Amino acid sequence: MPTSTAAAGVAPAEAAVSAPSAASILTAQHTVEVVSDSGEGAQKCGQIFGTVCAKMGNGVWTVEIIPAEIQPPPRTIDGTSGNRIRIGSGPVTNWGDQANVVVAFNEQALLSRHRLDALQHDAVILIENIWATHPDADVREAWAEAMRELAGIGYRIIEVPMEQQCLTVVDNPALGKNMFALGLLTWLYNLDRELVHEQIAATFRGKSPKIYEANVALLDLGARWAGENLDFRINVPRQARPEATVVMNGNQAIALGAVAAGMELAAMYPITPATSASHYLAEMFERFGGILHQAEDEIAAAGVALGASYAGKVAFTITSGPGLALKTEFLGLSVMSETPLVLVDVQRGGPATGLPTKVEQSDLLAAIFGQPGDAPHVVLAPATIEECFHVMVTARQIAESFRTLVVVLSDANLATGVQPFPRPEIDAAWMAQRPDLSPVPEGTRPYGWDPETGLSRRILPGQPGGMFTVTGLSHDEAGQIAYTADVHQRSATMRSRKIAVLQQMLEAPPVNGDDEGDLLIVGWGSTKGAIEEAVARARAEGHSVSSVHLTFLSPLQPGLKEIFRRFRKVMTVEINYSDEPGDPYITDENRRRGQLAWLLRASTLVDVDCWTRIPGEPLRPGAIHEAILAHLPRGGAA
Amino acid sequence: MTAIASLLALAPDDMRELTLADFQKSVPRWCPGCGDHSVLTSMQRLLSDEGLAPEKTVFVSGIGCSSRFPHYVKTYGFHGLHGRALPVATGIKLHRPDLAVFVVMGDGDCVSIGAGHWMHATRYNMNMVALLLDNNVYGLTKNQTSPTTPQGHRTLTQPRGSYLPAMNPIAQTLAVSNASFVAQTAEWLPPHLFATLKAAYQHPGFSFVRILQRCPKFTDGLFSEFIERPDEVQLLEHDNGVVVPALSRTFKNRIEHDPGDLDAARRLAEADGVARLGVFYRDPSRPTYGDIRAVPARSAQERVALLNEELDRHAI
Repeated sequence: MPTSTAAAGVAPAEAAVSAPSAASILTAQHTVEVVSDSGEGAQKCGQIFGTVCAKMGNGVWTVEIIPAEIQPPPRTIDGTSGNRIRIGSGPVTNWGDQANVVVAFNEQALLSRHRLDALQHDAVILIENIWATHPDADVREAWAEAMRELAGIGYRIIEVPMEQQCLTVVDNPALGKNMFALGLLTWLYNLDRELVHEQIAATFRGKSPKIYEANVALLDLGARWAGENLDFRINVPRQARPEATVVMNGNQAIALGAVAAGMELAAMYPITPATSASHYLAEMFERFGGILHQAEDEIAAAGVALGASYAGKVAFTITSGPGLALKTEFLGLSVMSETPLVLVDVQRGGPATGLPTKVEQSDLLAAIFGQPGDAPHVVLAPATIEECFHVMVTARQIAESFRTLVVVLSDANLATGVQPFPRPEIDAAWMAQRPDLSPVPEGTRPYGWDPETGLSRRILPGQPGGMFTVTGLSHDEAGQIAYTADVHQRSATMRSRKIAVLQQMLEAPPVNGDDEGDLLIVGWGSTKGAIEEAVARARAEGHSVSSVHLTFLSPLQPGLKEIFRRFRKVMTVEINYSDEPGDPYITDENRRRGQLAWLLRASTLVDVDCWTRIPGEPLRPGAIHEAILAHLPRGGAA
Repeated sequence: MTAIASLLALAPDDMRELTLADFQKSVPRWCPGCGDHSVLTSMQRLLSDEGLAPEKTVFVSGIGCSSRFPHYVKTYGFHGLHGRALPVATGIKLHRPDLAVFVVMGDGDCVSIGAGHWMHATRYNMNMVALLLDNNVYGLTKNQTSPTTPQGHRTLTQPRGSYLPAMNPIAQTLAVSNASFVAQTAEWLPPHLFATLKAAYQHPGFSFVRILQRCPKFTDGLFSEFIERPDEVQLLEHDNGVVVPALSRTFKNRIEHDPGDLDAARRLAEADGVARLGVFYRDPSRPTYGDIRAVPARSAQERVALLNEELDRHAI
């Protein structure tokens, strides 16, 4: 394992290059965006920048800005592609509010971020300078119009001769601008040049050495230009990491977690934003004795996973909302036949095709209640990249022990977010055992439900004496089709009871902040970092606010009612739709609420309020902070 | 490439003498006269003749009358969802190539709601036997038109007669890239049925067998022309296909058809007039997805070591 090189974070050789007059701005955290047209490589630039910052000891959270199309028309507002990288002196748990520095390859990409209110009003903007004098009059006009819109806000716009500079090294600047931009950031944030070179080498592994050399030349060119022309540098102090650390995105973490859980088969159909997990599995799963099967459709992917699970080790299928809908019947079969199965839903905006590349938390109720008939099962939501890894081990174990379906709800924010976390200490005990194919003891029944717990031992094909037929029809302990009232009632009770048994084994969620107070925020999934940052701001201002974050959505963790009772008001914060009180026609009776809010109201009978938004981007801590202030119960402390 | 036959032949020291009774489970609840009974009997005979270990054999089915099949065979069984037997079977075989997998589907299952899986399973060419028990009608839901219902045949959903020409499952399967075994037989000719099932079982790949069969309730008369007049049936014979000497006295309409000839197979499948029974196509050299995807097993310790190497790639 490589050591955490240069974690001290200062590269003296670099400092010598910088213009002596460059002012160093010391700050605890800073947010950078790199935006371009699709295909210009802004994402690669952002990813390398984020990874090197992490390696040098900054806290990092990286988010992709992705259009839905592969190559939308250039220089369009909707076509912007890139990255936001938020770095800090300590851990960074979310993408923050607004960017401090933007590297933009054209003014339309910049404009798109401006219009989304994604930039600080004093942001520094480094922008390609060819557009103002472009031969095409329309382009010149578009530039001028954009500059008029951006004027007077307070942005500091610095025009950079990106293309002109790149042409001194390469013939086609379109393919190298991103490395020049990386050079600008390398100088600006005082990155270790060697580490950046290493990361470029890793990114272009397998490509010819010429490509590496050209990229390094462009990088150095960008750094030199910045050193000669910029009058400030950013210093976000770095700390040596006390423990071994890994950095990856949530989809990679899910794929590695599945391997750590000892799973041997994943079946999928391509769907954004889940697919990158499959790309990673396709690359490495076979080395672990695993198979990634790309099925002919979403339904088949669920069927292949369920068939594999039935025949041996628990398998999983990975999808997004539309795929969840298509797989529904198989999910019911998993529950009815008590065949373990893990389904990962990397949520995106919906309904229907919705917002394929953008985050949303709108599948919660579909994941829990979407199956026709009564189909009790388990739903888990990781809240961090690290949890994306570990949740797969938990999901596999629960699916196996409880012979049930486990749905894991990730989302586009976790899927593409990159964050360092403590390196997992892999334990062989996490892994599924080799299937036990010993003869079945006389009298063992395929659904020999323990009347107290509903649990029963699974029989696997290959076990002599165990021959029985799985069926999705109502069946008795022996697996025989049985339509009688007695059997249907009893078997439904057994399938439900075991979920209650699981619930009794869980712990109450910890409260972030004081155990009692004015307002309790309840969240789930990827919003944890932003919620806790917002709560911390409100608490620092003297407000009595705490938060609770739920990992188990079905069954709900115990103790919620007790926790809720200690707060004057309880409110969920979610990335899904809810009606605004006070909007036309909306009453307390007909108001459609956030999905977790609905669930909590039903299960606790507490009047849980909600604040939800569907901006197609992660919630910003600043927006949550405002919502907290607006929803604090009036009338002073309890 | 190993045929499931050789994989599953019992080890020499396993002296179990398997008989028909070893593969019989509960009493079938199919209607008297239903073609399913005949298929079940032939299959049980195949299992005992070939000495398949019951615990290493899985029957996977969808939903419909014929999909009750696994409940009546004393092996492992998976009676799943309508139309979705093939993906389940694919998952079982991918994860456990040591199991012999048989898939039993009706015409609704295979060529209607699950038609996509039928095309793709044919192309995957996993080593399994897939039976289409085709009675040309939806029986369990009580008489609705299926894709193989002959044009003009009346049902409750198309009471003025089926609107469209029937689908031709043999021709469709032969059209799929990487098809490796396509045969047709009939439930009313047990010797031919048995010989065809046996050839299917012994083929190393996805063996698709369409079995023409009567539904005594809703399509009783559909095949009477073939049953009463053997000349309306044409047997495709070849040493690489099936030859049933017991039938040669009754069935004079026999032709030599080399199952290695795909063009001839497609012509025969499209030709009208008679019911053709036999192996249309067989190519044991076709790549099977299961073999291609086979990966060496890893112990937990090996995985831990490999995972640590993989984490090194993400280490900072």
